[in-house]
This record gives sequence, C-alpha cells and structure tokens, in this order.
Amino acid sequence: MKSALQIIISREYLERVKRKSFIISTLLVPFFMILIMVAPAAIMVFNTPESKHVAVIDDSGLVAQRLHDSDEITFRAVDQPLDSLRADESADAILVIGAKVIENPNASITLYHRGAPAMVTDQYINSQLTDAIEDIRLEAYDISNLRQILDEVKVDLRYPTIRIDQDEDTATSSMLSYFLSLAMDMLLYSFILIYGQMVMTSIIEEKSNRVLEIVVSSVKPTSLMLGKIVGIGMVAVTQILIWAVLLGACSAWLVPLIASMPGEGADPELIGALGQLSDPGFILSLLGYAILFFIGGYLFYSSIFAAVGSAVDNIQDASQLASVATLPIIVSIIASMSVLQNPGSTLAFWLSVIPFTSPCAMMSRLPFGVPVGEILLSLAVLYASFLGMIWVCAKIYRVGIFMYGKKPTFTEILRWTRYK
Amino acid sequence: MEYLLTASNIVKEYTGHRALDDVSIAVPRGKVYGLLGPNGAGKTTLIRIINHITAPDSGEVIFDGHRLCQDDIARIGYLPEERGLYKKMKVGEQAIFFARLKGLSRRDAEAALRQWFERLDISQWWDKKVEELSKGMAQKVQFIITVLHRPDLLIFDEPFSGFDPINAGILKREILKLRDEGATVIFSTHNMGSVEELCDEISLINRSQNILSGKVSDIRERFADNRYALAYLGDPAGLEAAAAPLCSSFEAGSINNDGFATATVTLKAPDALRPFISAVNEAVTINSFRRLIPSMDEIFVSAVEASNQARGLQPVPEV
Repeated sequence: MKSALQIIISREYLERVKRKSFIISTLLVPFFMILIMVAPAAIMVFNTPESKHVAVIDDSGLVAQRLHDSDEITFRAVDQPLDSLRADESADAILVIGAKVIENPNASITLYHRGAPAMVTDQYINSQLTDAIEDIRLEAYDISNLRQILDEVKVDLRYPTIRIDQDEDTATSSMLSYFLSLAMDMLLYSFILIYGQMVMTSIIEEKSNRVLEIVVSSVKPTSLMLGKIVGIGMVAVTQILIWAVLLGACSAWLVPLIASMPGEGADPELIGALGQLSDPGFILSLLGYAILFFIGGYLFYSSIFAAVGSAVDNIQDASQLASVATLPIIVSIIASMSVLQNPGSTLAFWLSVIPFTSPCAMMSRLPFGVPVGEILLSLAVLYASFLGMIWVCAKIYRVGIFMYGKKPTFTEILRWTRYK
Repeated sequence: MEYLLTASNIVKEYTGHRALDDVSIAVPRGKVYGLLGPNGAGKTTLIRIINHITAPDSGEVIFDGHRLCQDDIARIGYLPEERGLYKKMKVGEQAIFFARLKGLSRRDAEAALRQWFERLDISQWWDKKVEELSKGMAQKVQFIITVLHRPDLLIFDEPFSGFDPINAGILKREILKLRDEGATVIFSTHNMGSVEELCDEISLINRSQNILSGKVSDIRERFADNRYALAYLGDPAGLEAAAAPLCSSFEAGSINNDGFATATVTLKAPDALRPFISAVNEAVTINSFRRLIPSMDEIFVSAVEASNQARGLQPVPEV
C-alpha cells in the first residue's frame, strides 16, 4: 500500500501533467523558441528587396562609372537637374555627388529616396560609394598593386581555446560556454520562479476553497506540503526532460549537418563548440550537475513559497510576502550575469556557496568548468539549507493554513514557528 | 473500555489568546457526543487536537487506551465545518484519492464508494467535475469521504449546514445508523434541536473552558428546577392563594387557545408535588398539568450567560 505522501505526490503530479494546458505549453514553448530564432532568417530569405533604379548626378565625374549594379539595384548616370528628377517617377532614388567628393565625401553626397529606403538598399549604395572613393584615393598614391597589398596585410583572427585538464586537453569554446551558461541561467530562473509560484498559488487555492481542512484530517500538514513541492517539482522535471529529448533529437540531426557543411574557412570557435557538444562526458556531467542544482534550488525556494502561500488566503496578499523568495531570485540572476563575465572570481565563489544565489551562480560557472570540490561544497550547503528551510517553513505552514482573515506580518509568521 | 476517547486538561495558546484553557472531555464508546459552544469558544481547536492536526501545549489525548498518535487518524473520520473539494477533479476520482489517504486500497475504495453513491443517490455524478456540483451535492460527497473507511470515531462539525430538511434528515439517519453499527460520534453544532435528537452526551465549551458536561437527559433534569405549567378553569386569585405556601414562584399566564387560564409555577421542593396537586385541585378545575423541561437551546443560553457573568466578561465578540 502506498504511503500518504506518495498518494499526495502522485495526485499533484498527475493532475497537472494530464491537463491540456501542460501538454500544450510543453510543446508550444520550444516551437515558439524555434520560431523566434528562425523567424528573422526566414524573413530575410522571403523578403528579397525589389529592384531599384538609382539616378546618379555626378558633378565630380569620377564616381558614377565605378558604381556597380547588383541584381536589384541599378545605377544610371544622368545629366538632368535634381528638380526635374524629383518629379520623374522612373527613378526610385537620386544620388547627388558633389565635385569635392574625394576630399570631403560626407559633405558632398546626398541620397534622395522615395519612401523609406530598405536597409539593404542603403547598405549596398553606401558600400559601393565607399569602395569607389577608397579606390580613387588609393590610385592617387600611384603605387601599383596597393589594393592587393592592403588585402594581404589584413588579418582575421580565429583560434581554438584548449582547457588544461588533468587527464586530457579538451577543445572548448568560451562563446559556447557563455551561451550555455546564459541559457541555463534563464531556464533555472524562470523555472524556479514559475514552479515556485505554482506551489504557492496551489496552496492558496486549497486554503481558500477549504479542501485543505479535509486533506489535513487524513495526512500530516507537513506531508501535504512536501507532497505538493515534490509533485510539482516532478512536473517541472518532466517538462525539462521532454524539452531535452526534443533538443537532443534536433541536435542529433542539426549538429552533423553543421559539421558537414563545406569546410571552407570553418570557424574554429564553431568547431570547438561542436567538439564540446559532441563530447558525451562533458554534456552528461554538465547536465547531471545542472539538474542537481536545479532540484536543490527549486526545493529551497519552493519551501519558502509554500510557507508564504500558507500564511495568506488570497493571491493579492501573497505578492508582498513572496518577495522574500522572489527578491533573492532576481538578485541572484543579476549577480550571475557578473559571474558570467568572470567565472573564476572570489565573488563567483561566494555567490555559489550562499544557498540563495548558488543555483544561479553555479549554472553560470558550470559550463566554464568548476573544480569538483567546489561543486560538492556548494551542493552540500544548498541541500543542507534546504533541509533547514523546509523545517522552518513546515512549521509556518502548519500554523498558517488555519489562519484566515488579516494578512499576517513577518514577525507574526516567525512567531508561528514556535507553536507546538 | 467505557470511553473511546478522553482529552484531559488540554491547554492551547496562540499569541495573546488562550484557545483552550484546561479543557477535559470523555467520549463514551458507541454514543453520539455533542460538542457545543458559541462561535470562537475553542471547539474547532479542540477538534483539531483530537484529529492530531495540531498538538496541545499541555494535556493529553487518550484514544482507545493509548496516547493519540499519527496512525490513529486512519481510525478517525472528520467532516470539518469549513469544507471544500478540489474543483477540477472528478467526483469519483477525488473520493478515491481521499479514501486512499485514509489507507484504503484503490479497489476497496472504489467498491465501497459505489455502494455509498448508490445509497445517497448520487451515482450519476461519479464522472462529473466537482465544480459542476451543487453545494448540497458536494456535501454528500464530503460526508461519504468522511465515513467511507469505517472509522471508529466520527467527528462532524456542523454537518447539516447548507442542507435542506430532506437531505438533513437522510444524513441524520445515516449518522445514527453508523452509531448503531458501533461508531462513536463527536458532533459539534449550534443547532440545539439536532442535539436533542442525536446526542447522548454533551460538553458545552464557552470562552475556552468546558462549562457543562454530561448526559443530555441528566443535564435537562438538572436545569428543570421543579417548574410546572398549569392550565385550569377557575379563579386565579383562589389558585394563587392555594398554591403560594408550596411555591417559590408563581406567574399567572394568559388565557390559552382552548380557553383555559394558565400559570407557571416553581415548587419549593420535589416532594411538594403531591400536596401541590391536591391543594390546586381543591381550588380550581385542572385541565392540564405538566413538568417544564428546558430545551437545550435554553440551557445553552443560560449556561453561557451564567458563565460569562461569573467571569465578569462582556458578550463574546465575533471571531
């Protein structure tokens, strides 16, 4: 026979997972994420600029012939005065180039455009003009092959980063670490906030519709609170796992695709990133630790949310008290941004020891590599604090769920912990 | 064992407020025990302590011969005054959930539930969501949840509030039936009519203290005070003259619907009854003569007022 705690957990879990809103949000969120990432590219692809005719009035007589047409943009040197061209609808834009364009280009060039110019059009005209003026200036030095020499002098630096590990050097990408940290931080932050508040509102709901009275006549209030925290936590983990599987399936298909792309000038940063991503040891240890910190952080914060939820009987009263939990979460996400800039600093170390900030701070540091000892210390402190926190919060909860009416003050709530 | 549950010298204090002050009750096995008292007297706190939801600051609760512990709550069924259900859950599923919390297996729970749903005529609601139920309907479900696991001790806090007389009647019958099947019932209410109907014994809690305990019949007897009502034909002055030596009080009443004069008297002593009847019979023609036993309602009011006066307190503020 199942224990009461297990029955509570399974109800909390199944009631949520079976809901349509859970299924829809779980599937829609990645869909929207992909949409947000893909949309700009798609718009670029489908939104090819229409062809434009640019009439060029060149008083210098030097530049116009050096402007090259593209597929969409055609240049046409004209002798008409500006005013008549403005009336003439056949030109989409009029480029007026003054006589002193080589000496003082910015003061000599004006572009008239019907309607707002598309950014690509503007950019293309700009680059054509720049190239033309640069070429003319270079020719003025009268050195043969100057353009070629200049091209040879240019450097474009891309080099691999190798992390020195005890056993084996691994190619890493600090760019990848950065983005991984950022993504994991955001995920942790939003999950703790969303699911922590779910714990809170669900307790308030039970309290305000008085089903709580019936439940606690069968189970200890502490079991109900624990069951709720664990059940909702499992919903969160389920959602993450579904996303992980979706992501895994996507990357299994995507990573080889990128890797097999024509090798011309393959970006070492990208190669490092791919190397790191396809290293199962790295991914597994990262994921393993991340989940431990996620669970620890969720348990720690959701017990505070639970205590807050028990103390009030409507959502409006809750927000102020909930700042005990939401403020540290927001502070820690801000702090972890600075950790991201410098993952090895002393500040980063201390932020990843204090339980209020450690989940976020550690998420920031993990992809850059953290000594195992520090990880274990941080985890030990986090889980020990969770036990302490849930002990205190359970005491508040036990009393709070029977308090109706006036919103209690902090001192009152703290006093509840001393009730038998 | 005579008592299924005894609570002795229970004290429970909240900040600046003593909810229970040295309260003791003894609930006899197989009886319906009334827990009465004005709002805010401490009944609910006492019930929560009996239910092992909160712990007393001092005092102890003995259940079936041992100190009350967590395992005992599977043997208790509690229907709280403020009660609700999970709105989004289906009725049957929810009832199974609560039954399993009380230790029933899913299969046993479902079988027992089907029977109860049949018995209270709500089978067609099994697959409906709770939010679709009327209040009375939801209360039937809550009643079933309370009694389903056949607890030895049943605690009902205002079970009839919100019920129409027909359904209240059904519920009363079910409660008495459960008692006859061996369950002990604690019944908390303000409704004194139902106390007279249902309760064998009561305790009256006022201002955190137990001010009156005992068998309902004994208590009513104690409060009866040798008061009698008389209806007669004849001369009121002659009656009063004849009765006066034997009475401590005499109130002449109005003419009743059947045309008889009435009077209410209090005898000086119980053994003055026969001389009194003889004396009165000489003076007037007696139509009816009966003893006045106070209703629980009157006892409730007078006991609470007396206790408040004795403690020099103002009327209880609403909590």
